[in-house]
Amino acid sequence: MSTTNPIRDEISKAISEHEVILFMKGRPEQPMCGFSARTVAALDALGTSYAAVDVLPDPRIRQELSAISNWPTIPQLFVNGQLVGGCDIVTEMYESGELAQTLGIVPPSEAPEDAPVASEPGAPPLQIKNNLA
Amino acid sequence: MPSTDDLKQRIEAAIPGANAQVIDLTGGGDHFRAEVVAPEFAGMSRIEQHRRVYAVFGTDIGGPIHALSLVTKAE
Repeated sequence: MSTTNPIRDEISKAISEHEVILFMKGRPEQPMCGFSARTVAALDALGTSYAAVDVLPDPRIRQELSAISNWPTIPQLFVNGQLVGGCDIVTEMYESGELAQTLGIVPPSEAPEDAPVASEPGAPPLQIKNNLA
Repeated sequence: MPSTDDLKQRIEAAIPGANAQVIDLTGGGDHFRAEVVAPEFAGMSRIEQHRRVYAVFGTDIGGPIHALSLVTKAE
């Protein structure tokens, strides 16, 4: 592995050091994209703990991540160093029970059968000034 | 701005025997959902199936196509 690319090295290190790590837009408590929000909601419904990396602060994070994972979109969930998938795959796996299996956990009894629909992404609502009144 | 027909045609042209149903999620021409059925997906993992479809669009994903949600099946 080359060490001339510190961002890529940091990402690889983060993936190898965390059993479950989610690269997403925004933070779990405030996702900035519906797909990231949905993925967070699925993980949270299973009550699993995970590391999260916000890719938004620097576009190079996303670029280097995609180069490592050969996966073009965000979010990306890794378990034990392996790419599990993005929102679509995580959602499908939640509903089939494979996600809990991959995470090595038993879903809590209150976990919904269908993947939970995420609340709206955390961007502040547009304030439109009404000048017609 | 890509249309649902563009996406459908590109997928079906690139993946032999594929059938693609594409919808525009927002009406804005940049967030799409595609259901793709293709014989060659048999024996491929979901990750590989999705990579195959993403590869059809290369750097258009994240460019003109902001989001492409996928459901893939072998049949």
